[in-house]
Amino acid sequence: MPGEKNRLLRVTEGLVALIQGFWTTFIHLFRKPITEEYPEYKRPLPPRSRARIILTRDPDFEERCVACYLCSASCPVSCISMQSAERADGRRYAAWFRINFSRCIYCGLCEEACPTLAIQLTPDFETCQYDLLTLVAEKEDLLVDHGGKNQEYNYYRYAGVLVDGDKGGHIQEARPVNLKSNLP
Amino acid sequence: MGWLAGIILLLIKLGVVLVVLLTAAAYLVYVERKLLSRLQIRLGPNRAGPFGLLQPLADALKLLTKEDLVPEGADRFIFLYAPGVVAASALLIFAVIPFGRGWMFMGHEIPMVVSDLNVGLLYVFAFSSLGVYGVALGGWASNSKYSLMGGIRGVAQMISYELSLGLSLVPVVMLARSFSLVDIVAAQAHYPFIVLQPVAFILFFISAGAEIKRIPFDIPEAENELVAGFHTEYSGMRFGLFFLGEYVTMVVLGSLVAVFFLGGWRGPLLPPLVWFSIKVLAVVLVLIWIRGTLPRLRYDQLMHLGWKVLIPLGLINIVVTGGVLLWWGS
Amino acid sequence: MTLYQVVFYLLAGVVLAATVLAITRRVVVHAVVYLVISFLALAPMFYLLGAPLLALLEVILYAGAIMVLFLFIVMMLPRETRAPGLGVLARQCWPAVLLTGISLTAMAVVLLSLPLAQTPVTAALASPRHFGRVLFEKYWLGVEVASFLLFVALVGAYYLGKSPEPVAEEPGESS
Repeated sequence: MPGEKNRLLRVTEGLVALIQGFWTTFIHLFRKPITEEYPEYKRPLPPRSRARIILTRDPDFEERCVACYLCSASCPVSCISMQSAERADGRRYAAWFRINFSRCIYCGLCEEACPTLAIQLTPDFETCQYDLLTLVAEKEDLLVDHGGKNQEYNYYRYAGVLVDGDKGGHIQEARPVNLKSNLP
Repeated sequence: MGWLAGIILLLIKLGVVLVVLLTAAAYLVYVERKLLSRLQIRLGPNRAGPFGLLQPLADALKLLTKEDLVPEGADRFIFLYAPGVVAASALLIFAVIPFGRGWMFMGHEIPMVVSDLNVGLLYVFAFSSLGVYGVALGGWASNSKYSLMGGIRGVAQMISYELSLGLSLVPVVMLARSFSLVDIVAAQAHYPFIVLQPVAFILFFISAGAEIKRIPFDIPEAENELVAGFHTEYSGMRFGLFFLGEYVTMVVLGSLVAVFFLGGWRGPLLPPLVWFSIKVLAVVLVLIWIRGTLPRLRYDQLMHLGWKVLIPLGLINIVVTGGVLLWWGS
Repeated sequence: MTLYQVVFYLLAGVVLAATVLAITRRVVVHAVVYLVISFLALAPMFYLLGAPLLALLEVILYAGAIMVLFLFIVMMLPRETRAPGLGVLARQCWPAVLLTGISLTAMAVVLLSLPLAQTPVTAALASPRHFGRVLFEKYWLGVEVASFLLFVALVGAYYLGKSPEPVAEEPGESS
């Protein structure tokens, strides 16, 4: 049995390990603490940190949101609600848009579901309130005047809106095929 | 007239000791958090007041204003009174601890101890053994598996280590030839007992650390497995009482180590009360240092250490001390 | 009545009440708690009678050790909600009543017939030193016999607790 033979050795080893441990923690007393003091020093968070949700605008300063309800459907805690509406030129928008931040878990699924990059999460996390009802954000609170993480993207340049005139003027859109001809 | 004066004096002493002890316990929490965080290269509490000095006050206010929950199915009566047992048994031990030389006032000598019992040491044991009830009953009455397991572990641990605690102090009694804590301090006039009884000192220190369930021995409240052990279900000031009891016991333990092994209030130059405080603080700081360094023992390791190492060592120490005393005496 | 008498009868009342409550409780843990209270109230009575050592040994041994072990076992029992029928209780209490009757009669006979019992007990202060002297000088044989018994019990406990065959030591176990 190795345990019986080396008992003295093991006791010595244990004592040495104890002293090493106590010495290490003792040395720590004289080291500078590595704590970041929060309100005085705010550590810059990575741009993709998930906190307060915003609704962004496209480069033409139009609302990106097309009120497709995908974010609302994907939200695991059902904190997003909205009412869709349509403009005269056929472009959809949200008549009202509401996020209950007291329920939001900042999972980012709405951002992933959004086809127009309208809904985005920002690194701004200091949203605490004493009253729960003040955490319900309306569209005016959510809407910002910039493009968020992607300033260039414009959904309608890809998907198109019903416009007068020729088709095929959008990005990645082919010219309409002439059905009456079989020429290439 | 003398009878009345005696009672008034006793009440004053009780009040002063109680206030000092409670304040010391509250600030011990602060000292522990601050020192522990420095041992772990953190800053510790620094928000409430300068250097976070008002933190104990804030904690007390928070605990007092929190809701006092009683879990469903709990044994209400026992649940409500168990924390009191812990806090009271810890506070009562301090009654026999001498914390200074007798003080002359209007021609009478006022001893700096609440009560100089001739069985003071046994009194200490009696009340430290009663502290087990708070843990056991609190754990049982909560009607929660974590609490129950914490309570059972606490009982097993405290009973086991009480034995080695008692055995480690027998040589001290043999050297001082008295159970009275005042006499034990008096017997250390020339040199403290830690010089004569280093083994007993180490045994006492380890078993006392296990008795107050601090970190290397904190399996009754092991967070990783039992949430918080026997006080999982407690909230508000009842949790605060458990907490208070723990820290008062720390102060009491520091005082006991000072009285039994470090010469009590004796020391050169400085007044006795200051020496006593320095010694108590030193013991407490070492306890915090241990908490910042050692990991928790496993349950079998704990029992192994108690029954197979500490108790035989304590018995051998008693036999050797007795032999030496006999040989010396003849 | 002096102050001591008042305290004495107060404590005696507490002991009696706690003991009666202890044997009538349905919840076993409550019974244990009342028994502990009874022991705790008994200890100052020893102190009043001039035996501080006995008082504290009462607390340490009975309240602090034995009852804790009781509690330790009882805590693990499931909580009993169903009360047993009165018939069972009535049948079971006959031996108890009989034995209590015998011991009470014997006590009464002794108290009434012996002249020694008529004289009041004078309080004698037994300091730990005197107690030890009497115990180890006058009754040394009894102490030795008791210690031998304890030793045998210890060996028995060791034998029972020993694992039947030596188990290989775990590699992770500390020394």
